[in-house]
Amino acid sequence: MNVLEFSILIWLASLLAGFLGALTGLGGGVVIVPLLALGFGVDIRYAIGASLISVIATSSAAAAAYVKEGFSNIRIGMFLEIATTTGAVVGASIASRMPTSTIAIIFGVVLLVSAYLSSVPRRERTGQSEPDPLATHLRMNASYPTPQGQEQYQVHAVPAGFSLMFIAGALSGLLGIGSGALKVIAMDQVMRIPFKVSTTTSNFMIGVTAAASAGVYLNRGYVDPGLAMPVMLGVLIGSLMGTRLLVTAKTRILRIIFALVIFVMALEMLYNGITGRL
Amino acid sequence: MSRTSFRLTDQQVETSIGNLLRISVIIAAFVVLLGGIIYLVRFMGAHPEYRVFTGEPRDLRTVSGIFMDALEIHSRGIIQLGLLILIATPVARVILALFAFALQRDRIYVVVSLIVLTVLIYSLSGGRL
Repeated sequence: MNVLEFSILIWLASLLAGFLGALTGLGGGVVIVPLLALGFGVDIRYAIGASLISVIATSSAAAAAYVKEGFSNIRIGMFLEIATTTGAVVGASIASRMPTSTIAIIFGVVLLVSAYLSSVPRRERTGQSEPDPLATHLRMNASYPTPQGQEQYQVHAVPAGFSLMFIAGALSGLLGIGSGALKVIAMDQVMRIPFKVSTTTSNFMIGVTAAASAGVYLNRGYVDPGLAMPVMLGVLIGSLMGTRLLVTAKTRILRIIFALVIFVMALEMLYNGITGRL
Repeated sequence: MSRTSFRLTDQQVETSIGNLLRISVIIAAFVVLLGGIIYLVRFMGAHPEYRVFTGEPRDLRTVSGIFMDALEIHSRGIIQLGLLILIATPVARVILALFAFALQRDRIYVVVSLIVLTVLIYSLSGGRL
């Protein structure tokens, strides 16, 4: 396979990953690393570098559409970014010292959890808890538009959410993924921020988190232009197409198929990691 | 111009940030595409080697090295410049938010934004832990 054929194949695969990722809301970044490592025999460090680039591209491109709706909370996002960016730098630094087979095993476990989380319905929050005084002090409580007009919300459990964000950042730096699912869980389930606010604020944070990791990867020489080029252009175009179609398509069956694909990739990553092939 | 026009609402700030992000991603994508076309024309017959990790050469790892390479129309340098613009996009978003918080005289969030910015610059300048 020469460079031209290799680039075209990777571009097409990334296009499909970005398209399905946007359409199902699971994000394309999570399948890029297994796709490159398992499908094309790319060293996992180059694969993670290229994946991080595609994560920044999709997050930044989608942000423009999200902000118009007025859901995202810039204060919550910025405050939690302290945790995600520090976590990302720590994760990226660990990645350069960890054997690639160990990274593959962790990746497999994270993929399994993602596949599981995407197949269970979102748990409704139950019980009451006091709003966090820290949130009031940090002026995080705000309102968001609903069909019934502006609705106020209170932010809870700031320290717990902050800690989870550090883990989300570390996983992002270690594995080259957006960790969007974990970020949404931290905000929606733990900090009790309305789901719409959580998802849009998470999207904003993903780009900043990935940029923190990408800086470390670039400096370590893990970002290869010949590989990142088709991946970035593919995922970007694919996810933009997916976002366009999102409004009309029925995504339930697609979500199941995509979750199955992630599940199979998880087993492959675990197998190759344990047998030391990656 | 009245004084009140300097009082930006959060919504105005986020809309302008959103537009900045989109324009920046489009520019990055076109630079990557341009470098990619030159790269494919020059190296299309070569064999890609990603199975064995060797790491990128020194000049493709640093901001100054990438600029030098891109100026000399090295295809891989131009792609890397596009990727650098992309990585800089979220950094620009943090800087813009920092200015907005400063205009709103929101001291806490000026400090919060500065911390995030410091981590980002530390990482981009080759920070090691």
